[in-house]
Amino acid sequence: MNPEQILFFLFGAVSLVGAIAVISFRHPIYSALSLIVTFFAQAGLFILLGAHFVAAVQVIVYAGAIMVLFLFVIMLLNLGTLSAKGAISGKLKGFAVILGLLLAIEGVYIAVNAINTPEVASAETAATESVNTTTYNIGELLFSKYLLPFEVTSLILLAALIGVIVLVKRESQEENEIQ
Amino acid sequence: MENMPLLVLIISAIVKIVIIVHLLLIGVMIMIWAERRVSGWMQDRLGPNRVGPQGLLQPIADGLKFMFKEDIIPDHVDKPLYVLAPAMLLVPALVIVAVVPFGSSITLFGYEILLQIADINIGILYILAITSLGVYGVVLGAWASNNKYSLLGGLRSSAQMISYELTLGLGIIGILMLTGNTLSLRTIAIEQGAYPWHWNFLIHFPAFLAFTTAMFAETNRLPFDLAEAEQELVAGYHTEYSSMKFAMFFMAEYMNMIVGSAVVVTLFLGGWHFFGLENVGGPVWSGLISFGIFFVKTAIFLFVFIWVRWTLPRFRYDQLMNFGWKFLLPVALTSIVVTGTLWIMTGSGSRLVVGIGNVVAAFIVVSIVAGLLVMNKTPEPAMQNDDPQITPSALDAIE
Amino acid sequence: MPLESYLILSALLFTIGVVGVLIRRNAIIIFMCIELMLNAANLAFVAISRSLGEASGQIFVIFVMAVAAAEVAIGLAIIVSVFKHRQTINVDEVNSLRG
Repeated sequence: MNPEQILFFLFGAVSLVGAIAVISFRHPIYSALSLIVTFFAQAGLFILLGAHFVAAVQVIVYAGAIMVLFLFVIMLLNLGTLSAKGAISGKLKGFAVILGLLLAIEGVYIAVNAINTPEVASAETAATESVNTTTYNIGELLFSKYLLPFEVTSLILLAALIGVIVLVKRESQEENEIQ
Repeated sequence: MENMPLLVLIISAIVKIVIIVHLLLIGVMIMIWAERRVSGWMQDRLGPNRVGPQGLLQPIADGLKFMFKEDIIPDHVDKPLYVLAPAMLLVPALVIVAVVPFGSSITLFGYEILLQIADINIGILYILAITSLGVYGVVLGAWASNNKYSLLGGLRSSAQMISYELTLGLGIIGILMLTGNTLSLRTIAIEQGAYPWHWNFLIHFPAFLAFTTAMFAETNRLPFDLAEAEQELVAGYHTEYSSMKFAMFFMAEYMNMIVGSAVVVTLFLGGWHFFGLENVGGPVWSGLISFGIFFVKTAIFLFVFIWVRWTLPRFRYDQLMNFGWKFLLPVALTSIVVTGTLWIMTGSGSRLVVGIGNVVAAFIVVSIVAGLLVMNKTPEPAMQNDDPQITPSALDAIE
Repeated sequence: MPLESYLILSALLFTIGVVGVLIRRNAIIIFMCIELMLNAANLAFVAISRSLGEASGQIFVIFVMAVAAAEVAIGLAIIVSVFKHRQTINVDEVNSLRG
């Protein structure tokens, strides 16, 4: 086993365990923490894949911003007391797990077989061995080939911003009217 | 670096890590002493001066006291998170230093050893990423304590950290645009050169101020210490902590200060450069001198930290949010636009023009925002009397 | 590591996310599971980007993250307002639109 394999299995195992912990912990705060662990392991996998920039952004955006927001809401609503009555019946749960297993088998089958088609194989051999995906390359692509999608993303963010403001504003107005 | 045997690489890395961690811990002790002495000096009193010469051994006495205190875990806390939280604050503070270059390089036994634990090519992003993790220690400690004041502190802290992180990130972009195609901190320090008028803080002066202010906010110190405001939240997120767990919170705060100062010195204040002094002497001495210069600069900046803490009163929560979103963020954004535009317009030449343009633009933006705020000023909402602000004049009235 | 192993890991993570959505009734946890699925997709993107020697896959990851951030902001705001009105975020109890 070379170091890359050891690290892959380490990060992979951590992310899987973290993901299972997300859906099995009763308490939302523990779920959120497990999700952070998963995100970290994924950042590690990104570094293994040579995508340093994406790894850093993963930690900044997911661990640093999104999950803090989750924790903020969980703490704000004090959801801990509600978690006990959230479960569904055992029969349904078993059904869901069977469905999940089927999906997993399907996914693994696709992952193993789909990439062995001639087109993908030829593209893969054409690719250079040392992949040039520095931050510089990503920036260059982002502002040339993907400029339009990039601008559209900014519109999505703007829409989200306005949406949240409207949601919160209307509520506070309603509260004022009630008072 | 490349042609160095793996063994030498590993040994030098371990030696550097050991030295830096110890320097940080000693730095924390010195900072605790300095804070108390400087505050004493500023308030025209003595400060601790009994233990050792000038009270220098006071931090050791404090540390011993912490260790011998009973480590209480209250009954009502969420135990796993309660124990985990101090570590989650301390660890990010420690691992950030891995990418900070604290000197040029030393040649020992024929190998050139960089005075930096790891010169990675996404250095700045690494710092931003790890900084953003610091909030978890505060938030989890607050939540696990199961105490409403702690929870309030945690909520305030998470909102504050998210808001000021934006400024932290945007403040750097101007520098990145004018530095070659890299995010490595070492390159940024090297490209600033030996003379103060080439350093980034003059070219990006508004961004420098915004970044520094955001850094103060990220370290949770006065005037941004709403998360632990003693008067209103009885120390906020660490109310329920005692003994070494409290000491870890305490150490993390000072460690964050030291690391933050080191980052500011690297990004804006020329790193280890000072009028070419860093090149004096042989391959060993020049490295040590450069380290000394970096150390002195960081120390001066740390003094500013203490100075600000004992000068400014605490923000109110809405003032904090207004300041972050309506002043710092526009200034940082303008700095990006102006830097980019002027740099292209002057044909990638004039740092002087960019520097002046930045200051003028920041001034205009601040005036516009201030004008708009004055025009839209609604009468101050009546404060629910849950956090009375004690102003100096109120104190005078009581006396 | 070969591409397959990364894709298999990605498929497993995605499945865990799907199962989570199916068996949990807490809206916040369902939300986290959606994030998990998005991340599984990101992993596949980056792995394929490496194997094709092209940076485009990584750029899509950045887009996914931006969209995820927007989605979380909106979603959590909705959850907060639902909780304010109904005092619950159990998705089975929020059924006033049911005919």
